[in-house]
Amino acid sequence: MQSTHLTNSAGAQLLIEVRDLGVRFATQTVLRGINLAIPTGQTVALIGESGCGKTVLLKSLIGLIKPYQGATFFAGQNLVNMPEKQLTAQRKRFGFLFQNAALFDSMTVGQNVAFPLRQARTHVPEAIRQVVLSKLAEVGLPDEVINKKPVELSGGMRKRVGLARALASNPEVLLYDEPTTGLDPIVSDVINELILRTRRHHTATSVVVTHDMRTARKVADRVVMIFPLERLADDESQIIFDGTPAELERSQDRRVSQFVRGEAGDRLMEMRENL
Amino acid sequence: MHSRSDWNRTRRAGRRGLGDALFDMVADWGQLIVEAATNVGHLALFSWNALSWLVSRVPQRDTLLSSFYQIGVRSLPVVALTGTFIGMVLAVQSYYQFSDLGLETRLGAVINMSLVRELGPVLAATMLAGRVGSAMAAELGTMRVTEQIDALTCMGANPIYFLVVPRVLACVILIPSLTIMADFMGVVGGMAYSVCVLNIDKFHYWQNAKDFVSSWDVFYGVLKSVFFGAAIALVSCHRGFCCGVGAEGVGRAATAAFVISFVLILMLDLSVGITLDTFHNYFWPEGTRMF
Repeated sequence: MQSTHLTNSAGAQLLIEVRDLGVRFATQTVLRGINLAIPTGQTVALIGESGCGKTVLLKSLIGLIKPYQGATFFAGQNLVNMPEKQLTAQRKRFGFLFQNAALFDSMTVGQNVAFPLRQARTHVPEAIRQVVLSKLAEVGLPDEVINKKPVELSGGMRKRVGLARALASNPEVLLYDEPTTGLDPIVSDVINELILRTRRHHTATSVVVTHDMRTARKVADRVVMIFPLERLADDESQIIFDGTPAELERSQDRRVSQFVRGEAGDRLMEMRENL
Repeated sequence: MHSRSDWNRTRRAGRRGLGDALFDMVADWGQLIVEAATNVGHLALFSWNALSWLVSRVPQRDTLLSSFYQIGVRSLPVVALTGTFIGMVLAVQSYYQFSDLGLETRLGAVINMSLVRELGPVLAATMLAGRVGSAMAAELGTMRVTEQIDALTCMGANPIYFLVVPRVLACVILIPSLTIMADFMGVVGGMAYSVCVLNIDKFHYWQNAKDFVSSWDVFYGVLKSVFFGAAIALVSCHRGFCCGVGAEGVGRAATAAFVISFVLILMLDLSVGITLDTFHNYFWPEGTRMF
């Protein structure tokens, strides 16, 4: 297995590195030639239009989606082609908040949050209960929700339970897939605050997939924008922006500024032409 | 008005259209065959993976008990009801042919033999493919669509070990048990209808049934149901895992789980039946019995 000690040009130690990544589903290529390096402790927001491949990239980082080309390194180890047993061990170092929280319907909130701890087999039952209660408190949920089923919770509460579950095993990396999608502005901001608080308390490296610019501006140290492959020339990079949130605001690239300002521009005409 | 050259162009286009249509048809058939072969290969790998986990690690108690309850306890009423009606329908359908020959008392042999060897296992399995198989495919399909299976993988739990193994084990153990229940209820239903409604002598009904139905016949039916149980669980879980997107994907997975399970039940019924008969005839030649 390939293992390398990774640093970026500034000398910071890289925790995650994606090299020339390409992902294809049947005949449709979603990602092509993606290169991305994330140092330890950084919070990166992956932004872009719906369907441009943000979630696919996020899932590739944890080895849930196998690429047809390229490699994904975590702590210097290539996750692509890694034996399943080792990959499982590496995955336990990640926490993943899914778009709709992906809570297990058949389990209670407490069982959901306890699940990664039970899998790790590192805690006795009483310690698991204490961790579950502290993680629920961390995301602002009362002890009473512990016995509720996920269907009894609102969207915002489900997201918070999902976050508590992602945090339960104190992961080194937190991956957020559209954490504020489908939530009202206040609950969205609550989630943003929780991401910030998590960053302060856990000092974890985070990757946040979002198309909510408020989230990107608020939580990210760095913003990476991906563009849909079908609207790019063959030799163009799919990452059309990589910089700080402040640089994003000043970008002269029409595609970036259009997305940041949320303007339709000529997209409606393009969509009609593609029909 | 069209000119002659336009007409020729249209004719040529028509010929190209026919060629294209034939080409498309061959391509479609080819794609179907490739897809079918891919699915069979994928199902084989999936089954191998599930069976490897089954023998290498004991399933978690909570998930196993939950599967036992869903598959066994909750299927009991419908299987008992189905079995009872199969027995009674067999009595109704066979009575007139047998009464014409004056062989009404042989009805017990026919009903019980048909039940324990064929109808009990096959109809119970069909009923369970509809009730349990579709539910499993829909449940796992929903878990796939809502990323719960991805969440399991992310947290270091193997989805096959966690979701498939308990269901396979529950089906392999409980579908034969439910088949025995269906057989028993069918025997009771057939006898009740024959004795109470058709007024057949109870003593001779049972005497003939005992003479014709051996322990091997019961074993034959129950052993087939073990294969049916494994097929239902593996096919349904596989369909759930390969579920397409959205509600339509879940619906298709549930339907496909039933259809494929049903076809497999019939294929297994034939192949396992032939194998068992060959085995029996080899070790216990005609006229002798296993037990």
